[in-house]
Amino acid sequence: MTDTPQKTSSGGLNKAHVAQFMARQGILVAFILFIIVFTMANPRFLAVDNILGVIRSSTIIGVMALGVTFVVISGNLDLSVGSMMSFSTIVVLDLHDKLGPLLAIPAMFGMTMCLGAFIGFLVGYLRLNSLIVTLGMLSAIHGLTLTYSGGKNMDIADKEGTWFDVFGQGVVFGLPVPILIFGLLALVLGLLLARTPFGRQVYAVGGNGTAATFSGIRRARVVFLCYLMSSFCVAFAGMLQASRSMGSQNTVGQGLELEVLAAVILGGASLMGGSGAIYKTVIGVLILGFIQNGLLLVGLEFYVQFVVTWVIIILAVWLDVAAKRGKLWSPIA
Amino acid sequence: MTEQKPVLRLEGIVKTFPGVRALDGVDFDVRPGEVHALMGENGAGKSTLMKVLAGMHQPNEGRILIDDKPVVMTNPIAAKENGVILIHQELSLAEEMTVAENVFLGELPRKRFGLVDWKTLDDRVGTILKQLNCDFGPRTRIGSLSIAKKQMCEIARALTHSAKVVVFDEPTASLTDSEKVVLFDIIKDLQKDGVGIIYISHRMEETFKITDRISVLRDGAYRGTLNTAETTEDEVTHLMIGRTLDTSNGTNVSNRGEVKLSVRNLSCGNLFHDISFDVHAGEIVGFYGLVGAGRTEIAETLFGLRRHSHGQIMLDGKEVTINSPVEAIANGISLVPESRKEQGLVLGMNCRDNMTLPQISDLTQGPFVSGGAEVDIYKDYQKRLEIKAPSWRSIVGNLSGGNQQKIVIGKWLSMKPKVLIVDEPTRGIDVGSKSEIHNLLRELAGQGYAIIVISSEMPEVLRVSDRIVAMYSGRIMRTFSAAEVTEDSLIHAISGLGGTDAAA
Ligand SMILES: Nc1ncnc2c1ncn2[C@@H]1O[C@H](COP(=O)(O)OP(=O)(O)OP(=O)(O)O)[C@@H](O)[C@H]1O
Ligand SMILES: [Mg+2]
Repeated sequence: MTDTPQKTSSGGLNKAHVAQFMARQGILVAFILFIIVFTMANPRFLAVDNILGVIRSSTIIGVMALGVTFVVISGNLDLSVGSMMSFSTIVVLDLHDKLGPLLAIPAMFGMTMCLGAFIGFLVGYLRLNSLIVTLGMLSAIHGLTLTYSGGKNMDIADKEGTWFDVFGQGVVFGLPVPILIFGLLALVLGLLLARTPFGRQVYAVGGNGTAATFSGIRRARVVFLCYLMSSFCVAFAGMLQASRSMGSQNTVGQGLELEVLAAVILGGASLMGGSGAIYKTVIGVLILGFIQNGLLLVGLEFYVQFVVTWVIIILAVWLDVAAKRGKLWSPIA
Repeated sequence: MTEQKPVLRLEGIVKTFPGVRALDGVDFDVRPGEVHALMGENGAGKSTLMKVLAGMHQPNEGRILIDDKPVVMTNPIAAKENGVILIHQELSLAEEMTVAENVFLGELPRKRFGLVDWKTLDDRVGTILKQLNCDFGPRTRIGSLSIAKKQMCEIARALTHSAKVVVFDEPTASLTDSEKVVLFDIIKDLQKDGVGIIYISHRMEETFKITDRISVLRDGAYRGTLNTAETTEDEVTHLMIGRTLDTSNGTNVSNRGEVKLSVRNLSCGNLFHDISFDVHAGEIVGFYGLVGAGRTEIAETLFGLRRHSHGQIMLDGKEVTINSPVEAIANGISLVPESRKEQGLVLGMNCRDNMTLPQISDLTQGPFVSGGAEVDIYKDYQKRLEIKAPSWRSIVGNLSGGNQQKIVIGKWLSMKPKVLIVDEPTRGIDVGSKSEIHNLLRELAGQGYAIIVISSEMPEVLRVSDRIVAMYSGRIMRTFSAAEVTEDSLIHAISGLGGTDAAA
């Protein structure tokens, strides 16, 4: 009556295994292919100074992307980072001449993080939709910046007599300071997200908010802290930007929110929340940086990069979805 | 019963997931007009087999024949077109849409210009709902319905198609007794129309009542098929788990300590009124009643998820205010919630992380979570609850329904609470593990925990409780001691016929 079929060993590499590998590492594979192709097109692509150059120019996007990673994993969006970064840049430049760098920096951090706290309050405690709130804040903060500056550009008057340029232009142990700052921040925030109770709670809130509440997690507080984290990173980015150029327009961060979001998605974070990681975001940032650099090196006009960036993002998201369902194309649902 | 040609045959189905061989050459068939039970422990592969049948998974090997013709179920739509309809174990309804929209999701009747024909839709859904004895209309929002009613919507969805084979994957897990009667009537009607029914359930009683044959899976392998009329529960259990089970009602020796939790005159809007009871250390108080009697709402109030309008909650004799789950947990209260998918688990997280989530802040070494401590807790409860998962890294969403439930139970047991509230603790859990969990609850009571068990299953309440609180429509009708309770008096009390206890 009972017949038990023999357990047969499943045959080596099947489709499911490939699909699973792609789901985990697809972006990385694509990135390596990309590097190979572009290096063949222009060998300078992999020269040390070019690599350092790319990383260095990615640091501002990168620093902001670290903070936005928290927000995205918690299941929300942050489209205000670009405009908030203009604000912190302008503020720190202005205060530099009024208070000196030692006071200007903490003051600017405080002001920027107030904005983050406000957004966090609206999204976390009042439970307003994050897309609406941060899109609105994008515009509101832009207005705030213009009011602050009176519409004028900001410049540091005495560019020689200050040490403020060290963050954006300094070199320590042969490495540019902005890269060091980015690396250090990535390390600290990576540990915070991957290893601490708070980090775990961020994943839980994004993965299933109701279950998180039922587990005794203060959901509103977690979301609030994610936005605070995001604004903290924006303040860093503003400081790097100001210190690099020692002067700035009101609109220096305009449009960066999309590049930041692109980097986070390229890193494989899901916009639904609950997945993503700091190291993945760093990879996403580097991919974006190298793609844009590669396009310039092969001689394309710089504005082509806007289109290509978009195409790459769509490809990345598609690959991600396809790997998860094990098929490239699914005609239904 | 005459031997009829099967309407559906599955031959040598093999399905592997990375690291798991979920189905290992399974044969199965259904004849027209029969109810064929598919049984097996949690994780045996029942749902997976049905998903292969319904085109949601592609088998690695094997074939599906309908009316002796091989078919390939490339996707759920192809399965529907072949007359196979699956009612899922896990509900899959769009919360924000109406009942009618959900029932006809993707196939809404159209008028000219592709506009939805709302009138026809309402009429057709209304008819089906009436057939199912539902007390809600087609325009009701899904999100406002109880789990049982959502289940009825899933069933309504299946009835919109002319089917050759209908699969019910644990349909009764969250239904009340009266709803079950309705469901069994529906199944009889389908049977009369010559539809083949596949019926998955962990409940022996109903399986023996309504099925013609029983097939058993174990660890993904086919173990055999029995004629229901010629077999016994013991034989089926033995086939399922390889041993027979001691299902005798263990005498509940309680060593009742002092009062841990007392609730006085608790009321909350029109959900429940004037609720008073005590739970002592070392005892289990069962809350029995129909779905909607207000039991879950009381539990949620004690856990800080709802505010009460009147009354007091006292722990160890001191009045406490509990305004959030955080405060409840700090006061030593744990709640195993009613719905594992929505309230209990973060499906995308792994087993270990889910289990340790409420206490993650305490499992630290310096600023960091101690992974080792976490794994220890997971392994401990994985063993005690016999959770079947490839490893602690497995994503909870990939576990079988019953094993997911065990993770939720482990999550709250591992908090070592003073007061443990469990809401439908064995929903979807196989017979072996069910008695395991009952024993565990008794064992915990023996260790001095104060426990509240909310259940819609009478045998469960009778098995584990020292005292039973019978509720009807938001009120406590009567409190029984284990010694005095009988099935009849319990049924009488929860139907609201007897009036409330005179004694307060
Ligand atoms: N998508 C998936 N990915 C990986 N493993 C899976 C997946 N789906 C099912 N499994 C595994 O296949 C096995 C069989 O699961 P299945 O859901 O079929 O069990 P079941 O018999 O329905 O159990 P239950 O009674 O608990 O519902 C389990 O070990 C489960 O972990
Ligand atoms: Mg199942």
